Amino acid sequence: MAPNALGAADFEVALKEGRSGIRFFEISQSLNFRCQIAGKPLITEDYKARFFDDYYQNKLDNNAIIYACLAGFEAWENAGLTHHQDQIDFDSGMIIGSGALGLDGSNHAVFSKILAGNNKQLGSRAIPESMSSGAAAYLNKILGLGNRILSNSSACITGTESVLLGYEHLKLGKAKRMLCGSTEGDGIFIWGAFDAMRILTSDSNEDPTNGSRPMCNSSVGFVPGSGSGAMVLETLESAKSRGAKIYAEILGADVNSGGLRDGGSMTAPNSNAVVHCMKNSLREAKVNSDEIDLISGHLTGTKGDATEIKNWKKALGGAQDKFPLINTPKSMIGHCIAGAGSIELVATLIQMEKSFVHGNYNIKEVNPDITAEIPLERIPMKTVYKEINTAIKANFGFGDLNCAIVLRKWKDG
Amino acid sequence: MDKNTIQEQLKEIIAVYVPDKEILGKLTLEHDLINDLKINSAHIVDIVLDVEEKYDIMIEDDVIMQMGTIGQAIDIIHGKVLEK
Repeated sequence: MAPNALGAADFEVALKEGRSGIRFFEISQSLNFRCQIAGKPLITEDYKARFFDDYYQNKLDNNAIIYACLAGFEAWENAGLTHHQDQIDFDSGMIIGSGALGLDGSNHAVFSKILAGNNKQLGSRAIPESMSSGAAAYLNKILGLGNRILSNSSACITGTESVLLGYEHLKLGKAKRMLCGSTEGDGIFIWGAFDAMRILTSDSNEDPTNGSRPMCNSSVGFVPGSGSGAMVLETLESAKSRGAKIYAEILGADVNSGGLRDGGSMTAPNSNAVVHCMKNSLREAKVNSDEIDLISGHLTGTKGDATEIKNWKKALGGAQDKFPLINTPKSMIGHCIAGAGSIELVATLIQMEKSFVHGNYNIKEVNPDITAEIPLERIPMKTVYKEINTAIKANFGFGDLNCAIVLRKWKDG
Repeated sequence: MDKNTIQEQLKEIIAVYVPDKEILGKLTLEHDLINDLKINSAHIVDIVLDVEEKYDIMIEDDVIMQMGTIGQAIDIIHGKVLEK
């Protein structure tokens, strides 16, 4: 569930054509936000009705939970799996992370009632819809999974980390399959709070679709986004035994922290730790840097982009001419915070399956600090059709957190 | 407002909280909200809020405890509407 597409099939089309999901929001203007644009999935009542019962359709308010339920349900069905009202599946679990469920716009009504002395009017959903595990809990009411149900929360690495955690759980032999993903909601509280940090795009309120410009010289900040991505991880034995469609294999993954030291802080990553994380994931994957066909970067559209490129180059051995293609869908969807990693991993899997690399749109001129490091042609500005066998994906998050995952396209036989 | 009208309206209000919709077609006054209709006990408070809004009445906490069956709920709502 991305700002520019609903469902994996539509997302493929959107990525290829460079469809923007960034819009102007009048409410942000009326509240004096500097950044008045954002990316938000356009979920209609009709779309929800295809997946939800009447309770979820009419009563669920929290956008992050709605996105996660829709994404998780689609991933589960896409994997050829079913669910039954009266059955529990103890071989399957889920890790559905979230960033700030309590900052979703739906909490406005909760806070208003409490502040007005009318907390009695809240009903039963205020806690389940704002607890960090709320998305997993509501999604699991649909699926009935009985293995580990976990909701990680690690800022902007939440989505990549959810997949790493599922992968590690499977490697320990504790489950046959894990539904992994993450979600982030939207609205004035999260947008307004990020806006206060002066890290959002403020120059594109009249030109929203050009607001998110990762790697561009004129980039002044990121555009907040929201949404959810999800995928099913499964042991090879289990996937093969039921004839499941396998998109890719996870070869290796790593998560670490820069300790908020050595250049690392609440908001900026310690580059040594970033490189360490990237290298560790490649080492575990037993993949040489020249085998990488695609990097799915974090690349939010801030000053950090150039630093990220330098770190990638260092992790991949430092050779300028061997640097792989690199992209991020953030020009189309903004930075979906805790939802980013999972949505971008879905984008990576789609590109591997369909053999293309989507463009980095909105770049007028690449940041010279980036072109000083890598060849310009490694930054596609429009969709390139090319087989992608091996890809590496990384995200970096507040609190000096890093996560990287190495994937290889699955080929039968 | 007669009790039959309240019953029809109450059925509409509780429908979303009843997992098995079939039972709504043969709803009786004796049906217990939690034990027979399988409504999650946490949702009783949601139903009370929906009822309060619908009829512009207040249902006190101790009265909520007496809303065991459909019939009891109708009696409570009917009494509160008459008091208005």
